[in-house]
Parts: sequence; C-alpha cells; structure tokens
Amino acid sequence: MAECVRLDSSTSTHTMDKSITLPPDEIFRNLENAKRFAIDIGGSLTKLAYYSTVQHKVAKVRSFDHSAKEASSDKLYEISVQEEVTARLHFIKFENAYIETCLDFIRDHLVNTETKVIKATGGGAHKFKELIERKLGLKVDKEDEMTCLIKGCNFVLRNIPHEAFVYAKHADSEFRFQTTQPDIFPYLLVNIGSGVSIVKVESEDKFERIGGSSIGGGTFWGLGALLTKTKRFDELLQLASKGQHTSVDMLVKDIYGGSYGSLGLTGDLIASSFGKSATANKEFSQEDMAKSLLHMISNDIGQLACLYAKLHNLSRVYFGGFFIRGHPVTMHTITYSINFFTKGEVQALFLRHEGYLGAIGAFLKGAEEDNPNQYSWGENYAGSSGLMSVSPEMNPMQRARSGTFDMLEMDRLERKLVNLPLLQDPSSYIPDTVDLIEDALAREYWLYCFEDALDGVVKRAVASQPDMPEAAERAEKFRQKYRHKLQTLRQQPFAYGSLTVRSLLDTREHCLNEFNFPDPYSKIKQKENDMALKYYQKAVKSLDELSWEERQFALVRGVLAGNVFDWGAKAVSDVLESDPEFGFAQAKQQLEERPWLIDSFDRWFERLKGPPHRCALFFVDNSGVDIILGVMPFVRELLSRGTEVVLASNSGPALNDVTNGELQILTERIAAMDPVIQAGLSEDRLTLVQSGSSSPCLDLSRLDKVLANVVRERKTDLVIIEGMGRAIHTNYYAMLSCESLKMAVIKNSWLADRLGGKLFSVVFKYEVPDGQPSQDSAAS
Amino acid sequence: LSNKAFPWFGMDIGGTLVKLVYFEPKDITAEEEQEEVENLKSIRRYLTSNIAYGKTGIRDVHLELPDLTLCGRTGNLHFIRFPTHDLPVFLQMVRNKHFSSLHTALCATGGGAYKFESDFRKMADLQLHKLDELDCLIRGVLYIDSVVSSGPSECYYFENPTDPDLCAQKPYTLENPYPLLLVNIGSGVSILAVYSENNYKRVTGTSLGGGTFLGLCCLLTGCSTFEEALEMASQGESTRVDKLVRDIYGGDYERFGLPGWAVASSFGNMMSREKRESVSKEDLARATLVTITNNIGSITRMCALNENIERVVFVGNFLRVNTLSMKLLAYAMDYWSKGQLKALFLQHEGYFGAVGALLELLHPS
Repeated sequence: MAECVRLDSSTSTHTMDKSITLPPDEIFRNLENAKRFAIDIGGSLTKLAYYSTVQHKVAKVRSFDHSAKEASSDKLYEISVQEEVTARLHFIKFENAYIETCLDFIRDHLVNTETKVIKATGGGAHKFKELIERKLGLKVDKEDEMTCLIKGCNFVLRNIPHEAFVYAKHADSEFRFQTTQPDIFPYLLVNIGSGVSIVKVESEDKFERIGGSSIGGGTFWGLGALLTKTKRFDELLQLASKGQHTSVDMLVKDIYGGSYGSLGLTGDLIASSFGKSATANKEFSQEDMAKSLLHMISNDIGQLACLYAKLHNLSRVYFGGFFIRGHPVTMHTITYSINFFTKGEVQALFLRHEGYLGAIGAFLKGAEEDNPNQYSWGENYAGSSGLMSVSPEMNPMQRARSGTFDMLEMDRLERKLVNLPLLQDPSSYIPDTVDLIEDALAREYWLYCFEDALDGVVKRAVASQPDMPEAAERAEKFRQKYRHKLQTLRQQPFAYGSLTVRSLLDTREHCLNEFNFPDPYSKIKQKENDMALKYYQKAVKSLDELSWEERQFALVRGVLAGNVFDWGAKAVSDVLESDPEFGFAQAKQQLEERPWLIDSFDRWFERLKGPPHRCALFFVDNSGVDIILGVMPFVRELLSRGTEVVLASNSGPALNDVTNGELQILTERIAAMDPVIQAGLSEDRLTLVQSGSSSPCLDLSRLDKVLANVVRERKTDLVIIEGMGRAIHTNYYAMLSCESLKMAVIKNSWLADRLGGKLFSVVFKYEVPDGQPSQDSAAS
Repeated sequence: LSNKAFPWFGMDIGGTLVKLVYFEPKDITAEEEQEEVENLKSIRRYLTSNIAYGKTGIRDVHLELPDLTLCGRTGNLHFIRFPTHDLPVFLQMVRNKHFSSLHTALCATGGGAYKFESDFRKMADLQLHKLDELDCLIRGVLYIDSVVSSGPSECYYFENPTDPDLCAQKPYTLENPYPLLLVNIGSGVSILAVYSENNYKRVTGTSLGGGTFLGLCCLLTGCSTFEEALEMASQGESTRVDKLVRDIYGGDYERFGLPGWAVASSFGNMMSREKRESVSKEDLARATLVTITNNIGSITRMCALNENIERVVFVGNFLRVNTLSMKLLAYAMDYWSKGQLKALFLQHEGYFGAVGALLELLHPS
C-alpha cells in the first residue's frame, strides 16, 4: 500500500515550537532563482524540492595572444575568474508543524514568476492543498505517489554513489554501503507506509505493484497505541527498543522445551506472536508488548518480501517508507527477518535518501521538459546534511544543533558520466582503497590529518584572492563549514556513504566552491607550469642522449620524480613552501632506490621490447614539473613508439592538479617546441580529454562520456594512472580488462608506514589481466 | 485381531491445546472382558461416559467416528482436548488411574511431547514415545480422509466464496490429493508441501497464528477464551478499525487494481485517537481475526505460487467453530488467485496430529 499516513489529532496537536531555529536562508537556499517546485507531504514530515541555479566563480585560463602582445607578460597564460551559472536541486525535509512558516518564507523570497504550479504527492498533499495554493499562489498539481517514489528511487540509485546500504546492528560499522551498479534494474521496492506495497521495477518507466500487505507501519502504530499508553510512532519504537518480546511471545522452546531440531527451528524462534498473552489474568509491560508487536510486523513483512523476491527471482530488495525511515530499530528487525527467511541469500537494502524519494520523483515529473535524466548529478557534500542528522535516537546533540531540518543538494554535472569501458567487472568495482568506516585507525588518522591541514588551506584560499578584501571572511566561513563536516564525520562516519580519503577531499573542494574559492592554487600552478616549461627542451634532450634501455628507466623515474611535486601532500607542501629551490634533480634523489615498494618495472621493461600498444589512456595528476617534465616526455616516447595517447585531466580544479583547460595551453606550448608532440597533435594521435571530475581522486565508474567514447573508438589497450590520489587512495585494486600501469610516490609517512614502506616509497604496478597472454611473451 | 494391548491413545501436545484421540473397542469378547484389568475398564468408562473432564477437558462428540475398524478391531474413535496449561491436572489423573500399570506405550507428538517428557516420567511414571508432529499430521490427514465414508464428508470447500448469499459448504473428495499445500494453523502456522504420504517439506511458517489472535484479543478486549473471542468477533465490524483502500483513495486504487474494500492498513484507523475512542471491543476482536486470517491467506497464496500447487488444505484448531475465518480464507484464495486456488477444509480440524500418533502406535513406520 502506498504511504498514506494521515495527520490525526494525536500527531498534529503535540505542541512544538513553530519558529525556525536556523536562519531560513541557510535552509531554503538560492530561492531567488528557484523554479519548478514539488512537495511531498507525509504523515509527519514535509519534503520540498526545487530547482535553482547557483552563480559561483570559476577560474578560467586563457592563452595570451602572443602575436599581438609579445612582451606584455612573461606569464604563460592568464587566469580569469568568471561567474558561472550551474543548476542545483534543493531538497529540504522538515516537520509538518513548520509548514506554514516555511511557505511564508518561500513566498517572501520567491522572485521567479514563471513558476505557476507545484507538483505534490504524499498522503498529506490534499489536506494542505488549499494552504499551499493560498500561500504560494501556485496551482497544486497532484502526482501519483507510487510513480513518484519509483522515479525518485531510480534517480538516487543512478546518481548517488553509496546510496544503498546494508544495515548490521552489531557489526563494527552499522552501515555497509553498496557500490553503484551499472544497471540498477530490476529491483524490488518494499514500501512500508501504513500498509505495505511491494513493487517490481524493471526499467525507468516500467514498474508493477506485484503485491502488498495490510500489516504495516499503521498496524504497528494503531495496535501499539491500543496496547500501550504511547500514542506517537517514534515513541512506540523507543518503547519497543527497551522491551523483551520473550515474555509476550510463545517461542519454539516454550512449546518444545528446546529447539525443534529436525526442522532446524531454534528454541528462541517465535512460534506464536503474542502467544503468551492468551490469558486474562496476567499483566504485560508496555515495552514488552511493543517489542513483540515490532517483531511480529517486521517478520511478517520480511517474509512476504522474500516470498515475492523468490517468485520473481529478484535479489535486490530495497526497503523504504515511514516505518523504516532513519529508524535503526526497524532496519535491524527487517534485516533480521530477511536474513532468516532467505538464509542470507537476499540482503535487505536501505537508502540514504529514502525520505526524499517522493519529493524527488514529483519534482522529476514536473521537470520532464528539462529532461533531468539526460544529465548526471552529484551530491553536494557542502550543502547536504547527511544521514541520520535528525534521528533523535542516534544523535540528540546533532538534532538540537540543526533544528529539525535536513537538506540534500545535488549539482547538475556539466558532463554525462559513465563507466570506463575498460573496467574488468563494473559491478564489483570499488574506487576507494580503504573504507574509513570500517578502518577506525585509518579514519582517526585521516580526520586528524584533514583537520590539521585546515589552517594551511584557509591561508592558501585567502592568498589566492589578494584583490578581494572579504576573502578572509569567506575563508573563515569555509573553515567553520569544513570543520563542522569533519566533526560530523567523526560522530557519524556513515553520513555521506562510505567515508574515504576521496570523500574527505571532495567535501573540502565542495566547501571551497561553496564560499567562492574555485581554484586556490591557480597562481601557483601558473607559476610552476611556467618554470617547468623552461626546462622541457633540456629534459627531452638529455633523455634523447640516453640509450633505449637507459631511457625507458629514466622516463619512469621522471614521472615518479615529477609526482613528488605535489601541494596536495602535506609532507611535500611543507618542503615546497620552505624551499622553493627544491628541484627536479633533488626530487629524483629523494626517490626510493629500486627495488621499489611495489616494483614491476622489469616486466614493464620486457613488455616495451614487444610491439607497441595501440592506444594509451593516461590519467594525469599535478601541474608543473609533474605534467611537463615527467609525463610529457613519457607521452613523447609512447608516441614515438607508435602508440596513440589520450591524456585525461580534470574538468575542474582540485588542488594543484592540472585541469583540462591548463593542459590544452601547456600542450600547445610544448608542441611549439617539440615536433614529436606537434605531429601527435596534428595527426590526431595525441588527444586531450576531460575526465569529467573535479576531484584529486578518480572514480572510474563516473567518467566523462566523451572520454569513454574515445577510449572505445581508439581501442585503448593500456591505462596509466598516476599519483597518490588516483592510483593509491583510489584504484589501487582496480582491475582493468587491458594492461595497466599505476605509478605513484607515497608522500605521506603514515600511509607509507601502512603499506610497509617509508616516505617517498615508490609504487610501480604494472598489471596484465588474467587470461590475456602478456604481449612480451607473444613477441618473443 | 491385533495383538496390540489396549488402551489405544494418540496424543498431540501443542502450544495451546492438548489433543487426545482414544479408540474405544466395541468388539470386546467375554473372554477379553474377564481378562481386562480394572484400571483399563475404569479409564474406558471415564472417557466414554463423560463429555467434559475436569474444568477444561472436552470431548468433541460431533467428531466421534463410530464403528471404525482399526487394526482388525472395531470401535469408536473419540476426540478429546484440553488446554496445555492444564497438563499437570491431566498427569495427576493419569497417576490416580494408575495408567502406568497398563505397561502400554503412549505415543505423543507436538512440542509438548519433548517439553513434558520428564514430567510424564516423574509425575505419571510414563515413558512417552515421541513422534514428529508433521509426520503425524500428514499421516492423520490421509487416514481420516480415507476412513470417513458415512456422515458429512471429511473434506469440504465453500462454493461461491465471493458471494455471501450463494456461499455454501460443499463436500469435496480428496481422492488424488497430491500435490497438496497443507496449512496447519495452531498457535503458530506451518505450511507444508505434500507430494506423497512420505514425501513432504515444510515450506515456511508464520508466528501470526491462532495464538496471536487469542493473545491480542485478550489484551485488547479482556476476554479469556477462544470461544469468547470468536463470539465477540462475530458481532464486530473490522472496517471501523482497519483503514481500507477506499478510505485513502475514495474508491478503488485503479492504477494498481486494488478494490476499495481491500484493507490497506490493518488497525490503520487506530492511529487516530478519535477513532480509537469510537470502536468497540467486538470491532477490535473482528479486526484481529480478519488481520490474522488474511495474513495467513496471503502467505499461503505466495507459497502456493512458489511451489506451483493449486490445492490448499487448511487444518488446525484455529479453524474450530470459526466459519468466519474459513470463509475469509476461501474468499481470499479465490479472489486473489482469480479462481486458480481452491481452499479445502477438514471436519477433524485440529486432531490429525493425535490421530497420526495413534497410527504410529498401531503401525510403527
């Protein structure tokens, strides 16, 4: 049954402070550009959705027109900060008690007059229809609840990595997030509202309610209110969590004295729910009855879900609805039930943004003409509250701090993101090497590390905008925001899905962007690129003088030494800051001598004696020495061998990583000095593509569609991934269907220690997929 | 003639009720009569001359199978029940009647055969021969169905279950019963797929059974017996307690083919205080009955689909004098399967386990 909880006197009359505890403009953000509203009103919570545009600053690079202004600047290119408008989806969840205040606020701030309708769904939609129409002057357009729910579910499953999770109450980490599946269909959605609806979803537009049950959240609530003095749903759950069902339920051992061995039914199994209360002369505690009721209903729903999953041969079963929503108690009992009835064959899956599905779906229905599904979207960590932030039983402190508002913001990405076609098994690919939710020691370290680095980041952000006097103030806001995020993650590491070094880095980038620090390293990158370019020809010349054998090693060492130049790594940024003369040669000296920590150079060297690769895809890392003196000579050698090269760089800035815009200019400049690169470009054997990412790390399951096409067209047979963020924090274990080379210098002593090495240890990992005859043996 | 010494009992000790079947031989020769010990006579007289035992023991006279030939003997088969919590009283009686002096084995099934084994030994000096309850159940069903020839048919169904005016109980012949889904509704529920007398599996079960109905009714209405709870249920109206599809959508939910009268949320109206204050105990009893019954119906229907079985036999004491539930089950099977599934019922509802235990005494398998 669709969610159909109605407000009734017992829920709506409990008095509540109707004033908003936070400044509403921090909640209903970007209202001035808002359009396409949707609202989902449930039994106790309202979810509002709107589309807006955000204007923020982006750093752009542009080549100087050298022919006209030859001597105007010795700089390589100019950096300009431009205003850019991007699309953002806002979702806000709040208690129904605030609905009037919120509508007033929206009316007062809504500027856009194009908006005429508001899409509405949820059981409370028609109850509040009149209020909404009167307050906002928008026509309420009601949408089918289940359709909205499914649309919303498809959207989050497709666009939010780590949306789904398995709940394990007694495990080290309660939440085990699932990797995004390349194909989300088919799945079963069990929506537990007042009743239960079981829906089979086969594609974006095809779903069917295959069954349901009348025993659902309403049964728990209704029966619970009759059996106990507790009338509120949340309080009934709390009551249940304190009870002992064994005093009310008849267990197998109450009948058998022990287990029913021949059937494998253990003694503790419930044989008859409420079986012990079948007597007139006994009192039962409210807690015990509530617990028994909770078990009865959860087990029943779990059993039916399993029977339907089995009948339709589905293994992915998501649970949602107000019975589940953010309640660890019910997630636990449902999980238990599913494990029991399927003997572990089916896992109960829950969704981080389950509460928003209806609102997202209603919004998407209204936005069909914008065709939101043709874009990729990304969760904005800066603007989203994260999981459990309003769950009273999980974190009362958090609840007090953020009021009862919860937000989700999603940015429309400029590029459509897809899987790298060369992943060996897209469904099992996990970008991140260490899950910090599970690894408490690593979590502790990295949270400390990011907190420790915060002062430096703030300083750099301010320094990057010397002409803007309010930069210091903004930077301070950034500091507070990011520190708050880190504190939240310390308490609730699962707030944004799996916690990883990548997510910590990305959250920092999102927060920097939020406060208009689009590219704090732009000037440093410019300077370093400029410096490094001056040494390019010399570096290439000295390499050309080496014998072929010597040169192959020197090229690898060059990439590695170049990679030492990294402002993203604390150990190195300290050195760089204190000693600007730290040169390429010195970097080479810092490098670990062979044998490296991970060293498959000999196999790579053997491979090079064989036939050239058809096409190499190279994910590059830093600006400056790294890209110019390390990567480019390596690329030059590949081109000379007859291998086509696709250079993939970030679409947007992240730390000192070279962006696609910068790399375009650099490559042109190098081409002007180097006929090999020049020929590569003109013959279309050297191609520059965007990765689609603005992260210092790399998620091979979310890459620019254009990149994927180029990779496919060119029949790429070698993938090179460079740097700590892309080859160690992520993709260290990534399995590709072609040859791959992962190169990085470990510039963090804690991490080096963990991997059994030391600072500046080298990872050189050359891999050939199983079953593929390695080219060298084929050649010999 | 059978050399099996009398008395012949079969016992099924469940979570709520103890079911006892007793074979009263009617073909006792004068010679036998003389040899028969006094204890045995006294037991026979006690059981056959009463229809109630102590405060809670009852003989279901209407189920008695007269002139039954069993193991070469002719006699009457009696069906007796009493609450499991009165087992100590029963054991005291067994002890008083010196049952143990008869040197007979007592075949018992149900969980209580295990749980109370030592009580039987200590209090009544009796050694129980313990038997698996599902084996006994199936054996009992097949046997009773095969021997009942006169009187009302053992197996029956409801004709026109979707039309209250035309709905009528009709005999059914279980001649070629396999495959069969056997749903035993006692305190809890077990669902078995039966392919032959010796080939069956327990598909699943649910803890929402007869015990849940009575347990919730006792808490919600203050009643104390199954009969009381049923009586109240028969006078109540569940639609005041449950939230129906039409309460939410104003009518049918056509998008999903849900009729307006279907229950959307059992006890769903009880989320509201005003509605809680306006319902009667009878309404609550009725809603409890409907909720439990429909739930058993939908789990059964799913099992039938998964196992690809079209015939379902419902047994167990939850259905005793419970025409309401039987008709609901018949209706639910028929409606939701669009006529594909047939719900069958048996006259001796809850006694099959005990019968199976008796058969085990006579023909050890």
